[in-house]
Amino acid sequence: MAGRRLKSAFGVVVAATCSGIAASTLLIIFGYVVVQGISAINLPFLLEVPRPVGVTGGGVANGIVGSLLIVGIAGILATPVGVLTGIFLALFGRGALAEGIRFLADVLAGVPSIAIGLFAYTLFVAPFRHFSGLSASVAFAILMLPIIIRTAEEAIRSVPSTVREGALALGMSVYSATVKVILPAARPAIVTGLLLAIARVTGETAPLLFTAFGSQFWELNPNNPMAELALQVFTYAISPYDDWHRQAWAGALVLISVVFLINFFARFALRTRFS
Amino acid sequence: MIRVIERDAPVIPAKMDIEDLNVYYGRFHALKDASLRVLPHKVTALIGPSGCGKSTFLRALNRMHDLMDGTHVSGTVKLDGVDIYAPDVDPVQIRHRIGMVFQRPNPFPQSIYENVVYGPKLYGERDANKLKAICEASLRQAFLWDEVKDRLDRSALVLSGGQQQRLCIARVIAVKPQVIVMDEPASALDPIATSKIEDLIGELKKEYTVVIVTHSMQQAARLSDFTSFFLLGELIEAGTTSEIFTRPKDKRTEDYITGRYG
Repeated sequence: MAGRRLKSAFGVVVAATCSGIAASTLLIIFGYVVVQGISAINLPFLLEVPRPVGVTGGGVANGIVGSLLIVGIAGILATPVGVLTGIFLALFGRGALAEGIRFLADVLAGVPSIAIGLFAYTLFVAPFRHFSGLSASVAFAILMLPIIIRTAEEAIRSVPSTVREGALALGMSVYSATVKVILPAARPAIVTGLLLAIARVTGETAPLLFTAFGSQFWELNPNNPMAELALQVFTYAISPYDDWHRQAWAGALVLISVVFLINFFARFALRTRFS
Repeated sequence: MIRVIERDAPVIPAKMDIEDLNVYYGRFHALKDASLRVLPHKVTALIGPSGCGKSTFLRALNRMHDLMDGTHVSGTVKLDGVDIYAPDVDPVQIRHRIGMVFQRPNPFPQSIYENVVYGPKLYGERDANKLKAICEASLRQAFLWDEVKDRLDRSALVLSGGQQQRLCIARVIAVKPQVIVMDEPASALDPIATSKIEDLIGELKKEYTVVIVTHSMQQAARLSDFTSFFLLGELIEAGTTSEIFTRPKDKRTEDYITGRYG
């Protein structure tokens, strides 16, 4: 009896300690970034473009806008493909074709992002002889795909099959049952998957090195090299200038806050999902 | 095998006439040569132990087996004399005329109102006033109107299980089917909700023909006019409910209703 209680107490302590380590890692990182970055965050930082090297001040507004554009276009590219693939896998996914797609999506999820960046470079940068925001969007879209596919598949599968049968028994075709009943029921969870995919690529830097490339100027044309926040953080962090180091921390703080927010909304969307 | 209810046969034409119905799940022969006449404005109960083929039989009545791969159906199922399995028959039209209520309530994750008007909208009704009228009439007929009239725009999922099931019945009624088939509609409900559903079924037969699968022999005895007993994929015996429960002709029927197995 005493031995069993001892074991139980030991288990609780170990589990609690590990959970504490897992949770505190994030808190420590976030706290450190806040401490380092908060002092450099001010209105000019958020609203101005970078100043020339050696001139203090300036901001990362072009990087923030670039991030929005690049990630936004990536989302527009990846969402239809990913969601439709998820629908296919969930509703018709039994044969060898579906198994193959699932396997490829899993492998794709594990491909290093720098390799995907190289792929986008070969396809969309080298032939046109210039870097572009669009090529970065393509790389990001590929990174988002497996996340969207698997969450969309799960979301649709989690709609009870009895609901689908009810729709069909009412005389709906498979198409209208899918579009009018199943997809609306799965929508919150699909949206959650999209948000998580966006959060995932928002923090990506490697594929940008040879796709978006970065820019010191306002650039709203995705066909040109563009600034991107994560890339700016990288560039600034490895520079020799103290002012840029501070801005790198501030940029990191903005990034991490955005990802936090996206995850928060993803949680919120999930809570209101169909049960 | 008793195929028809001889006494009534010449008087009333059958609403549904099922002949030599066979259903295979892959290689498994789940239903063997079942034949049954379903009379209009009556409640026909299908009873038998688990796995006896009664649900399989029921699902064949509105072509729900079409939707499952590897399932094969043979035989004829006539609705008002027309074989619903004929090649030129659209299963969607069949399901319009033969509504189905499932074992577990399966409201769509939308508002109560949207649930009820789904079918009418699907069949082309666009007039908002008409849809509202259909919604109220269907909910009244399903004995649910008074409980939900103030919250038609709320999610159907906040209703209790029994209310959800009556909502599903209202959803079926809203498309004005001729036959309503029910697959153990009360088995997931508590006794009070069950008795409401049973009262409802008693009312429904005035306008519709009802075929109901039930696990509960008491329920079959209480609410059905005709009863069919299934065992191991065969329709063993069919007759009026009082005949089946008081003077079964087949030994196996007698064994079942006296509780020897099942």
